[in-house]
Amino acid sequence: MAAIAARNLSFTYAASDKPSIEEVSVTIEKGEFVILTGPSGCGKTTFCRCLNGLIPNFYSGNLEGELEVNEINVSGKSTAELATHVGFVFQNPENQLFSLSVERDVAFGLENLGIPKDEALERVHWAMESTGILDLRNKAPYELSGGQQQRAAIAGVLAMRPSIIVLDEPTSFLDPKSAEEIAGVIAKLNRELRLTTVLVEHRLDIVSRHASRVIVMDKGKVVLDGPPSEVYDDHARLIGIGLPRVTMLFHLLRRDGFVLTKNPITIEQASEELRRLLGS
Amino acid sequence: MISVENVSFTYPFGPEVLREVNLEIKDGEFVAIMGENGAGKTTLVKMFNGLLRPASGRVLVDGIDTRERSVAQLSKDVGLIFQNPDHQLFAETVAEELSFSLKNFGFKPEVIERRVKRLLATLDLERYETSSPFVLSGGERKRVALAAILVWDPKHVVMDEPTIGQDYLQKDRLRNFIVQLVSQGKTVVIVTHDVEFVAESKPRTVLLSRGRILADGPAVQVLTNPSVVAQASLVMPQISSLMSNMRELGPPPDIIDPYSAREFLSKKLRAIIETRASSQKR
Repeated sequence: MAAIAARNLSFTYAASDKPSIEEVSVTIEKGEFVILTGPSGCGKTTFCRCLNGLIPNFYSGNLEGELEVNEINVSGKSTAELATHVGFVFQNPENQLFSLSVERDVAFGLENLGIPKDEALERVHWAMESTGILDLRNKAPYELSGGQQQRAAIAGVLAMRPSIIVLDEPTSFLDPKSAEEIAGVIAKLNRELRLTTVLVEHRLDIVSRHASRVIVMDKGKVVLDGPPSEVYDDHARLIGIGLPRVTMLFHLLRRDGFVLTKNPITIEQASEELRRLLGS
Repeated sequence: MISVENVSFTYPFGPEVLREVNLEIKDGEFVAIMGENGAGKTTLVKMFNGLLRPASGRVLVDGIDTRERSVAQLSKDVGLIFQNPDHQLFAETVAEELSFSLKNFGFKPEVIERRVKRLLATLDLERYETSSPFVLSGGERKRVALAAILVWDPKHVVMDEPTIGQDYLQKDRLRNFIVQLVSQGKTVVIVTHDVEFVAESKPRTVLLSRGRILADGPAVQVLTNPSVVAQASLVMPQISSLMSNMRELGPPPDIIDPYSAREFLSKKLRAIIETRASSQKR
């Protein structure tokens, strides 16, 4: 079943004279883990805003084409209705947390949906457990580290039981350790819950190992789409995006005439391929 | 010069954020301040333009105690670009955003126009001159915020997480721009989590952890020290980890970016392959 199906989707913000996304056609199957990347201003955030109806409900402009989420046409649906299908995690967790305790924050969305108290409590518990923050439930969000805050923001989204989660650069404010941890949490949720995951990210070195597919956008269009090691082959197009440094190194070595067949994503893969070249 | 002398700081009702920090940044230096979330990095740089004043100790900018000058006076010399551009942007168009402060400082219209044009070109923003900053992407807004401060030509430039939301090409531009500023004798201080950006730019690197300075030295030294890197919640540059994985090739310790790795590996691999080929001939 397709979790997300966009056909010729275009959007132009009211205050702009050229489209931010143009004729985007993408199908994402249930349970996929997709990295969405591309140069600054390529339209990736705009595409994500369409998925939960932030466009056109909160950002006005001209929307054309079709978009289905869980086989429901999103046109005319409110963001609240879509929130039970698509959870949205923002770049800066501080913007998503505002209560006096983590538990209240995680429960916030459910209260708005009018979920009965017992069920709400159960879901909140489950969401905090799944993101590894049960022991923090009575803390105030400002007492948490950046990584813990982002886990709490993810838990709040998870409690709504969406089948799709969209994360817009969720690691960009985090130190590298916390960023790796958050990438791990996202991968675990994808694996264990078959949660369809769309991760907008520039930090390809940290997230690539978890994804089965990378979609690259440029100037409002999808320009590359495939498994990471294949997509990372298009060096010319990707040089501007910032490949994992080991992948970048292999492209540089190829230019020096070395025959390296694979595009490594991790240090282990890179070491293995170098040793293969040396026949050891 | 920016001198931080024995500075400690506590937010009201909060824990101590900075503990007896000592740091001296000379004119024309390029410094990266790194460390875990909550280490005190942003607090420290807010001291540089007087947004915060030390609870104890003192901060001197060009020899003058920041407590003796207003934020407005200090800002002319110390341009601080915030992490979140939305805390800074307000104008209707990108061009107005850039010219606003210059008008306030009383520059002539032709000077303003020239400077605004130059900054727009340098930061790849020309096509947005008449756009509203709020229709731009996060990465683009970040560059507008940067341009809006740089346009008044502060002597010391402090950027909080300038690479967030920027792709490789934009980071490369930023790096070239920083090099240009430094070569004009300006001080550039960045607060960043971007290990790869630091590995490729090689500034003096200061690690802050729990309000204390943990390490201070060349990027090559600091980022390859596993114990301080772990303590500050960083990770080593990918290339350093690869090199320590390939120890059998005997890599020198200063290889932390793909370009120096290429140089080393190209020579090394070729030598190994050639030796093997000639021994097989025999």
